[in-house]
Amino acid sequence: MSEAASAAQGRPARRRSLSLAVLLASLAPVALLLLVLVSLGVGRYPVPLVDVFSVLVAKVFGQATSLDPALQTVVLNVRLPRVFGALVIGAGLAAAGATYQGLFRNPLVSPDILGVSAGASLGAVLGIVLALPVAAIQGLAFAGGLAAVGAVYAVGLAVRRHDPVLTLVLAGVAVGALLGAGISLLKVLADPYNQLPAITFWLLGSLASVNTGDIAAILPATALGLVPLVLLRWRVNLMSLGDEEARALGLETRRLRPVLVAGATLVTAAAVSVTGVIGWIGLIVPHVARLLVGPDFRRLLPASMLLGASYLTAVDLMARTVAAIEVPLGILTALVGAPFFLWLLAAGKRGWA
Amino acid sequence: MILEVRDLAFGYGARPVGSGVSLTLRDSETLCLLGPNGGGKTTLFKTLLGLLRPLAGRVLLDGADLSVLPRREIAKHIAYVPQAHAAFFPFTVRDVVVMGRASRLPAFASPGPADRAAAERALATLGIGHLAERIYTEISGGERQLALIARALAGEPRLLVMDEPTASLDFGNQARVLTQVRRLSETGIAVVLSTHDPGHAFLCADRVALLHGGRLVALGPPAETVTPETLRLLYGVEVAVVPLPGQGRAVCTPLIG
Repeated sequence: MSEAASAAQGRPARRRSLSLAVLLASLAPVALLLLVLVSLGVGRYPVPLVDVFSVLVAKVFGQATSLDPALQTVVLNVRLPRVFGALVIGAGLAAAGATYQGLFRNPLVSPDILGVSAGASLGAVLGIVLALPVAAIQGLAFAGGLAAVGAVYAVGLAVRRHDPVLTLVLAGVAVGALLGAGISLLKVLADPYNQLPAITFWLLGSLASVNTGDIAAILPATALGLVPLVLLRWRVNLMSLGDEEARALGLETRRLRPVLVAGATLVTAAAVSVTGVIGWIGLIVPHVARLLVGPDFRRLLPASMLLGASYLTAVDLMARTVAAIEVPLGILTALVGAPFFLWLLAAGKRGWA
Repeated sequence: MILEVRDLAFGYGARPVGSGVSLTLRDSETLCLLGPNGGGKTTLFKTLLGLLRPLAGRVLLDGADLSVLPRREIAKHIAYVPQAHAAFFPFTVRDVVVMGRASRLPAFASPGPADRAAAERALATLGIGHLAERIYTEISGGERQLALIARALAGEPRLLVMDEPTASLDFGNQARVLTQVRRLSETGIAVVLSTHDPGHAFLCADRVALLHGGRLVALGPPAETVTPETLRLLYGVEVAVVPLPGQGRAVCTPLIG
């Protein structure tokens, strides 16, 4: 109603961008749904779309089907958790990236800026070197990610002489370097035949081994992390003006910033704990979303999540189909993302600070 | 009286930039702060806004000490107009102006129709309704300054603190901004502004405060405080203060050579 009223007052440019946004908002979920269905069908064991659809319908309504049980297993137990994981993790990483970019007033910031990936990596690598079970490795990765950001934030609070945002970023760089040293040390110490390949694959990210249990484990943390991002969605806009201006406008930034950082960190740590490090999504997806719907975080957050979910689903589809072996996600996200990023840079679109 | 400053010492960390500052501000009064670069004008403003804690003394808003008031409560009454800056993200001018409503909204709320209406009123007040859909980062410096004033007004404050609102504006835009400052006081809003042109004090201020070496060296009506002697003390150069016949105003120009 009020949207319509403001659209009616607006000049043609506004109406055009609004109708574009409406078009995208209605098309994107349809495109995502199609992508999901294709992802469930395509692979080493091809399943026709019709069969994918009937397996899903049968499952949802609890009916028996005459379809091959092997086909049902592939769709429901192998591919569905993986596709669902891609949706949740892609959306989560993009949401975290959009939040961090707003908080740090920089469109080139990724969720790794405060060391969450470095901390998670050290945790996971430690778990691999100690030959711990998978669940323990994931737990260590999750804890490592949270601990790294906690340490960075503690340094930021202890050093109060400078701009708090700049202090956090610099502390993130320093702590990230320390954690990187730790990871390198563990790689040197690791068994080169079993552990080192496992470490390498973890650091490049993969959804190959994601199962229903993993999804169930990260869903609560992801949902919890998203709560402050959704509740404070308008205030993220104000935070992007900088600490002083946000405070002058009436925001208690000393309370809002840690809450938002905690939310984005929780989401990112949960994601990387089961997939390993997946770069580029948190950096590039919010950027593209900003070009499409503008910088207002109230639209940017859902747009980023939708795009992030689609992007990771598509990349994961590529990861398991382009070659005879699984291609690590980190390679593909960079291979697809980096040229696109360079194109954006060259095109100099607005949305670039 | 809105704001009362009592024997204030201000600065960053433990290092005082200024001290012994006392002044009061009434509704619809315009106070112009003059002082050299690095003289502590911005630091004083940040302390008046409650962004920096006083090193000594107090800043009282309606008798309540700023340091115990929540940010939202302060922002409801005192709005800040920073120097026109380039924002980091390409918000529309309307989006920027609506941000001025933050102090009027509950913790998790987004702006509603009433807030958008307030933003439209503020845009209309400043005569920049036509800029509403423009991208803030793409408009001129003068337009940005007006948009920031509109943002401040959208929150319906009683006091505006404007940090060099005419800095880096061309001649015409300086006049436009100063015209708006005068209009504000007619609507009952008090204004504290700093400027580098002493002549501006004659154009818009009821009183002038001269800040030198961290202390107020004069406080009073422009005709009494802006003189060749005080300006020489402030800026270290010879200045002619030339009255404009029949206007009760004066222009200030440095004497060179």
